[in-house]
Amino acid sequence: MNRPAAISGTTTFWQRHQRQAAPWLFLAPGAFMFLVYVILPIFQSMWISLYEWDGIGEKTFIGIANYVELFDDDAFYTSLKNNVIWLVLYMLAVPAGLFVALFLNQTVFGIRLIKSLFFFPFVLSQVVVGLVFAWFYDPSFGLLAQVFEAFGLKPIAVLADEDYVTYGIIVAGLWPQIAYCMILYLTGLNNISPEQIEAGRLDGAKGIRMLWHVVLPQLRPATFIAVVVTVIGALRSFDLVSIMTDGGPYGSSRVLAYYMYEQALSEYGFRMGYGAAIAVVLFAIMMVYITVFLVRMFSEERGAR
Amino acid sequence: MFSRKSAGQPAMLAAVLSLGLAASAHAGTLVINTDTSDPAPKAAFEAAIEGFKAENPDVEVKWNIFDHEGYKTSIRNFLTAEAPDIAAWYAGNRMAPFVNAGLFEDVSDVWEGNGLNESLASAASSMTIDGKKWGVPYTYYQWGIYYRQDIFDDLGIEVPKTWDELKAAAAKLKENGITPFAIGSKALWPTGGWFDYMNLRVNGYEFHMDLTAGKVPYTDPKVVEVFDKWSELVEPGYFLENHAAYDWQEAVPFFVNGEAAMYLMGNFAVDLFKSGGLTEDQLGFMQFPEITPGLPKAEDAPTDTIHIPANASNKEDAKKFLAYVARAEVQTQMNEILGQLPTNKGSKRPEDKYLSQGFEMLSEAYALAQFYDRDARAEMAKAGMEGFQEFMVKPGNQDRILERLEKIRSRVYK
Amino acid sequence: MFPAPIEKSGAHWRGVYKVALPVSLFLWLIPLLAVMLTSIRSAGDLAAGNYWGWPRDFHLLENYTAIFENSPIGAYILNSFKVTIPTVIGAVGLSCLTGFAFGIYRFKGNLALFFMFVAGNFVPFQILMVPVRDMTLNLGLYDTTAGLVLFHVAFQTGFCTLFMRNFIRALPFELIEAARVEGVSEWQIFTRVVMPLMRPAIAALSVLVFTFIWNDYFWATVLVQGKHALPVTAGLYSLNGQWLAAWHLVSAGSIVAALPPVIMFFLMQKHFIAGLTLGATKG
Repeated sequence: MNRPAAISGTTTFWQRHQRQAAPWLFLAPGAFMFLVYVILPIFQSMWISLYEWDGIGEKTFIGIANYVELFDDDAFYTSLKNNVIWLVLYMLAVPAGLFVALFLNQTVFGIRLIKSLFFFPFVLSQVVVGLVFAWFYDPSFGLLAQVFEAFGLKPIAVLADEDYVTYGIIVAGLWPQIAYCMILYLTGLNNISPEQIEAGRLDGAKGIRMLWHVVLPQLRPATFIAVVVTVIGALRSFDLVSIMTDGGPYGSSRVLAYYMYEQALSEYGFRMGYGAAIAVVLFAIMMVYITVFLVRMFSEERGAR
Repeated sequence: MFSRKSAGQPAMLAAVLSLGLAASAHAGTLVINTDTSDPAPKAAFEAAIEGFKAENPDVEVKWNIFDHEGYKTSIRNFLTAEAPDIAAWYAGNRMAPFVNAGLFEDVSDVWEGNGLNESLASAASSMTIDGKKWGVPYTYYQWGIYYRQDIFDDLGIEVPKTWDELKAAAAKLKENGITPFAIGSKALWPTGGWFDYMNLRVNGYEFHMDLTAGKVPYTDPKVVEVFDKWSELVEPGYFLENHAAYDWQEAVPFFVNGEAAMYLMGNFAVDLFKSGGLTEDQLGFMQFPEITPGLPKAEDAPTDTIHIPANASNKEDAKKFLAYVARAEVQTQMNEILGQLPTNKGSKRPEDKYLSQGFEMLSEAYALAQFYDRDARAEMAKAGMEGFQEFMVKPGNQDRILERLEKIRSRVYK
Repeated sequence: MFPAPIEKSGAHWRGVYKVALPVSLFLWLIPLLAVMLTSIRSAGDLAAGNYWGWPRDFHLLENYTAIFENSPIGAYILNSFKVTIPTVIGAVGLSCLTGFAFGIYRFKGNLALFFMFVAGNFVPFQILMVPVRDMTLNLGLYDTTAGLVLFHVAFQTGFCTLFMRNFIRALPFELIEAARVEGVSEWQIFTRVVMPLMRPAIAALSVLVFTFIWNDYFWATVLVQGKHALPVTAGLYSLNGQWLAAWHLVSAGSIVAALPPVIMFFLMQKHFIAGLTLGATKG
């Protein structure tokens, strides 16, 4: 690589320009892959959403007909409603994670192992989590049914009841998500400045007040990330729905992510255009959060420079 | 179209990374794709293929077995991309999308040339679209009510022949703390069996076919009548509690343990009933009772088929294979392994208790339906069975469900 | 430290904490413990309705041998490795390059391009599904591990780039300037100066990406069908259909499927958490 520039006395073109060219060469492979597999498909999906297409025949341009249909589709509204429930309830992972982190932020014997074990559910695949909880909810022999029976109550078939099913799945989802938020907060708590805590103590702050006025402000970065990953997790809630209920009973636990898959690729689906339209709506919702995230990051970058 | 454009560049990448595309078949090779991942269907096909190879030593057979569930999506890909010469599929409206997309070959000549219109008469109508034949059936099986003979005997219940008798039997079972009907509706399709039989018995075959073909609204008074009758079983709680939480197999233990006494199912369930410990003395089979008096009885008999993809490269040998599988003795052999019924009427009558009953029932049947999710279009079928499930959980929602189904029907069959 | 260390509180509270800690851990892990216990039960135990009590007999060996002998789970696990390992290498490798470009150079469009990577990272998978599946089909890579790998590499590059770039930003820039003064080429700055410093980041990303990809279920169902390429997550789900009510097998299968990322986590815990909590402390 070291060209004999010094010998000739002049520099080659490459040497003069390598600092301009280098970033682009370094970027090229990664950017190419990302462009082809992530950025372009977003636009292709938007484009497909204007067509009727079963994946094998010809595409027929139908304008915004897919979107028009969407707004008169009960299943779409059920999915949307469930997505809202997911977003709201999944957020419980953030305070719950904080609570667990506060509970575990001690230095007693064996705490490191206990912390890892608490974090454990996050490492599991959602397939495993889904199977475990589906079993847990089984109305004839699941643990939940046995607990109900022990109290002399009639067991609820959580996953077969339209009123409970979404909540049942969310609880399963919260298990690993709380673990994730917990680890974020544990790391955050580790980095809290002891001086400020001491100062707070001198001011007479204790317990909840200390938490609210001194600790939480310092945990803001952790909170921010926890919220972001939880929102994304809530909107991506495909795996658990697919594994635990397939959207049932009678479609009452569908979320947009699952409904899209169902329409575009499942045994009874293959409506690529309609599926793409659902995906575009999901994308639009996500875009709100992506924008918030980017704006914050942008202001940070500004500050850093 | 866009895909071709965008695929241009990564194609180079793929050429480097992929291990090379599967070599396309040369002449004299017969590529067969089947969804026979389960042991019995796999063995049945193996027997047929071995027999065919023995007769046609010059033909080299390449057989790809796909996962049964995954096949439903894979077939859409390979029919366009890398078509085999033979593809397994299903009769009725299930094959319509491929026929309409021009992906299946017209095989009417195979039917003409081998006298199949005669020997496969019972399944002929379900293989016909636009007056042409699009494949060859090789097996079907009956649907009906399996019941606990021992429980019926204990309670002095006669095998019901009419709707009123069925209701009376259910009431008596319920009084004795036994759930009349086992069902697991989690996967939705078991509800389709109930709807099919209710509609076939209340309104008859022609109406059922018109409805599944999208010609009749779901809000039609005749459909409403079906649901009104059905609710006579749903309202009193004659179906297994929490059925939406179970798959059909998970509902079997209730039947085997005697907590439920009847199970409307396809004959494939017999294996599980027997392995659960039921003997032939305990397990009876009956035809679904009459509802509208005098109406000729049609039955559900889902038919499995083989087809030649339009893009196949060796259609000549493929047609030979179709004719081979259509033969009476080949179907006898395949169905002995499958434990199902041959579609060729020259085939040997099965000896098994339930199969021979089914054979008799189907041969006297007025007509055969394929099953709701094969007769109705896929999107309609999904929405329909979801509606049936909801109805079986909340019969009070009947009107809302039917209105929703009608909305979907008018969109799907526009 | 917050909350106040428990040692400083009264004996009463210390006692309560000492009891509460294991009890809460037990409750938290009940689902997992139940699976472990079930995976060593006999079928007879389950048939007798003993789902949650102590097993009457232990079938550890029987159950775990059974799942390997009677199901393709071994093949599924192998597939998972075939997908996961190339993805880790590919995504981490590519993001070393991109992260270096974003972290070291100031060029027009740096931030805009970088934001593209970051934003793409949060996109719902569904909006990519139809085109990516179609593209994979057209490349002839549908139903192959290679098709999955290509997509995963591309997608994970987004997250990894964010991580690498921030990591490189935090390195002392003087090192690079010193190297430039000495006439070291840009490529050598990358390989000789920066790469050695990036080892912790590479380790952290490798474990994270390994776990993410191992646990991926959605793309496995979209891009793969058959057992020759199906990863263990999707495979486990299809086995669940076959092993209906055979919960001892489902449990054993779940444990086997979960094992590799779990081992990875316990071995590389520090890196794993460092990767996951990136950004949770600064800002």
